[in-house]
Amino acid sequence: MINSKKKLVVIGNGMAGINTVEQILKLTDKYEITVLGSEPHPNYNRIMLSYVLEGSKTIEDIILNDLQWYKDQGITLYTGKMVQSIDGERKRIHTEDGLEIDYDLALIATGSQSFILPIPGKELPGVIGFRDIADCTAMLEAAKTYKKAAVIGGGLLGLEAAKGLVNLGMDVTVVHLMEDLMERQLDREASAMLKAELERQGIKFAMQMQTAEVYGQDRVQGLRFSDGSELEADLLVMAVGIKPNIQVAVQSGIETKRGIVVDDLMKTSMPDVYAVGECAEHRGICYGLVAPLFEQGSVIAKHLAGADTEGYAGSVVSTKLKISGVDVFSAGEFITAPEHTVIVAKDEWKRTYKKVLLRENRIVGTVLFGDVSESASLQKYVRQQTLMTDEIYGQLMGTGCSKDGAKTLSAETMADDEIVCGCNGVTKKAIVDAIHENGLTTVDEIKACTGATRSCGGCKPVVEQILQYVLGDSFKTAAKQGICGCTTLSRDEIVAAIKTKGLTTTREVMNVLGWQNDEGCSKCRPALNYYLGMINPDTHENEEDSRFVNERLHANIQKDGTFTVVPRMYGGVTTPEDLKKIADVSLKYNVKVVKVTGGQRLDLIGVRKEDLPKVWEELDMPSGYAYAKSLRTVKTCVGSQFCRFGTQDSMGMGEVLERKFERLDFPAKFKLAVNGCPRNCAESCTKDIGIVGNDGGWEIFIGGNGGIKARLADSLCKVKTDDELIEIVGSVMQLYRETGQYLERTSEWVERTGLEEIRKAVVHDVDQRKALIERIEFALQQVEDPWKKIINDADSRKNLFEVVTPSLV
Amino acid sequence: MIKHAEWLVVGNSKDFPFRIGRTIRLNDNEIAVFRTSENKLYAVENSSPHPKGGPLTEAMVSGHHIYDPLCDWKIDLETGIVQEPDHGQIKTYTVREDGEKVKISL
Ligand SMILES: Cc1cc2nc3c(=O)[nH]c(=O)nc-3n(C[C@H](O)[C@H](O)[C@H](O)COP(=O)(O)OP(=O)(O)OC[C@H]3O[C@@H](n4cnc5c(N)ncnc54)[C@H](O)[C@@H]3O)c2cc1C
Ligand code: SF4
Repeated sequence: MINSKKKLVVIGNGMAGINTVEQILKLTDKYEITVLGSEPHPNYNRIMLSYVLEGSKTIEDIILNDLQWYKDQGITLYTGKMVQSIDGERKRIHTEDGLEIDYDLALIATGSQSFILPIPGKELPGVIGFRDIADCTAMLEAAKTYKKAAVIGGGLLGLEAAKGLVNLGMDVTVVHLMEDLMERQLDREASAMLKAELERQGIKFAMQMQTAEVYGQDRVQGLRFSDGSELEADLLVMAVGIKPNIQVAVQSGIETKRGIVVDDLMKTSMPDVYAVGECAEHRGICYGLVAPLFEQGSVIAKHLAGADTEGYAGSVVSTKLKISGVDVFSAGEFITAPEHTVIVAKDEWKRTYKKVLLRENRIVGTVLFGDVSESASLQKYVRQQTLMTDEIYGQLMGTGCSKDGAKTLSAETMADDEIVCGCNGVTKKAIVDAIHENGLTTVDEIKACTGATRSCGGCKPVVEQILQYVLGDSFKTAAKQGICGCTTLSRDEIVAAIKTKGLTTTREVMNVLGWQNDEGCSKCRPALNYYLGMINPDTHENEEDSRFVNERLHANIQKDGTFTVVPRMYGGVTTPEDLKKIADVSLKYNVKVVKVTGGQRLDLIGVRKEDLPKVWEELDMPSGYAYAKSLRTVKTCVGSQFCRFGTQDSMGMGEVLERKFERLDFPAKFKLAVNGCPRNCAESCTKDIGIVGNDGGWEIFIGGNGGIKARLADSLCKVKTDDELIEIVGSVMQLYRETGQYLERTSEWVERTGLEEIRKAVVHDVDQRKALIERIEFALQQVEDPWKKIINDADSRKNLFEVVTPSLV
Repeated sequence: MIKHAEWLVVGNSKDFPFRIGRTIRLNDNEIAVFRTSENKLYAVENSSPHPKGGPLTEAMVSGHHIYDPLCDWKIDLETGIVQEPDHGQIKTYTVREDGEKVKISL
């Protein structure tokens, strides 16, 4: 087959290069991409190195795209490969070790390196920059053996390094040439406040000192300054600036100045070669922060995808010091000049400082110290050079009263470029901008607009906070949120309407309740189908077309479109005969992997859709419901049957419970565990219902979760007999079925409902318990094994599973 | 020169239920065929434009839109265009019912 894709080769596996690639992939699949990077790692978040040094993150935490990602995207990755030059005539890239790679388009994203002062002794062991993982590990190592560290450079990076080293227990002095710290980002006032604060935190300063020499025998022992004075140090970090990596361009005859010269489309002087990130020089500026290079990447991506772009016009940069616990922020012009109108507020007691600079009454720059809650809005004003008004003044400078009692949200202090949604790579800034620019008022809208919270949902609370922080008071009055974008009705309103109006199908619900989207969406349809079935277990006709694929096909869909089959293993117990059958079927149908799951079952991964019914038939085992919002597993320990500690028969009870409650629909997946004694080997504390045997009976725990948002289960009650145990378990399940929101796990449900309420309903109020049991028993009468059902239903077999191979007319 | 479309018979009308996709396999390619509530048939390539790919047959159908089963992208069956906030487009094919037969033109 002829490959019609163009070859795009990216030189540099850093933040700019890969971000550009990600943006390209979002827009087009026209390119076959190869990435070459000199570091031995996959792409990581360089910004976060400061957190690694400080100890709050590990290197694994800051990997942005692991090796699997490159594979999944079809990208060829070479790590540990140094590119030497580009042959523009032959369109070929040469690496130092002799590899040659052809390209149609090349992107240079080689970033920069720490600038090392050209002074005697700079080669001594113990002298390093602060740039990559290697530097970071060198510092972590040094801190284990040595005590004294010096950091040359009182800028952003130097201060972050210094703070990290102090945290590692070192005695740290920052040597700075200038009178003021971070003089490129802060004015004199803010700088002095910052220095005072950092001194309080244990960092020492040697200001206005010029380092002339590094001395030492086998390793650095100290610095000598131009005035002859000395400072002892057995680790020296140079953080005096960066030097764009332009060697590749120079070797290839591409025009360079300080960086690689690019035009507004980020093209270099060589045809079909682009540059992005810290190595690029645009309109005379080399940017050293990520926000601008993401903007550059977006221009390249649009251009390469053939979409319209106005080109890159430069960025307004803003800075925040990340880890010192002191908030500083600056943007635009911040050093006062005669033409500026200056608004300042300094509070020496609260240690805050705020300065806004106006030119011709437009906001052109700002410095904030101590309280950066206005940074998001100020950044916007600066970028847009907004006209100052009374309103904005009031918002920025307050009315003069204290803001006491106003809760500071952590979202406020979060850096703009911090990734909020790790799954989809959405930064705080992207969210804040989306809210401002599109007038968003709900998390769902943010999700639709930016993709944040869309995958695992773990970042939802933070997104909510950002929303609250950006909207301020209007947050509370923001539009009412329904269960999805198709309605403003809540779950409770819908359930009530189904009951009182006697609605029987999703269509009817949507028609009668005025859905905005005639046939609903992938969120409300499954939810409505569940509520209808929960309310009318006997009469409701399950709607296959409103089920998520897993529940429609009764197997887990995997990313390659194959499915996973999981037979039931009651209480996690199986037999040699069953194992044999599982092995035989797995071989016959070429199962890719047989995996033992966390819930004590076997996953048969990689079954083709059309083989599913045959696999079920030949297994001849009940469906394990690993795909469903239903009772998944009952995890058990060995218990009194075999364990020398066990006081209760956990395996037996596990099997009883699993057989009794299998196949019933729940708002979300549901897991149980049964333990023979308080040693808790089956880990009850992270299950929806966890049961722990004791000498005289059982203790029941509810609301545990080991998933997205881990939560330890709460103790609900203790019971004496097995019958009581089964009753309470059943009534908790039914209460959850009746009052839980679709997709709401019990961990959230318990917190929303309150443990005491649940205890009242299922433990204290015996009548209510009986009623719940009656209803769950009724629902249980309606269930049937879906695998068996499909095997015996030729139509569904055909329509749902068969693949058609057509014939020509 | 006018080239006449070649029509492939992909099944009988009753093999295509409402709002449930069917997979058609042609050599190495797959096509997903959907019948909407308005009784219109649509045929599209059975591969999500999401960078991670994946089949579309198992999508949930709503009006003339489908929701990608793996990553929930919303795609217009008429144009193949992915709806905001996501971007992309899938190939669409002409499909028609000819008596009892369902036919696709490639
Ligand atoms: C400790 C630290 C903290 C920071 N904090 C912030 C912050 O809070 N906010 C902020 O906005 N920015 C911060 N920055 C800056 C930010 O990390 C950079 O602006 C950004 O990483 C630059 O991206 P880049 O792709 O241009 O370069 P890089 O991320 O450096 O990537 C370049 C890659 O190219 C590779 N390479 C170089 N030459 C070659 C070659 N010839 N062949 C093959 N590969 C090559 C390098 O190994 C490197 O992996 C920080 C930087 C550091 C070091
Ligand atoms: S929980 Fe108790 S009974 Fe069960 S295996 Fe552990 S020690 Fe044995």
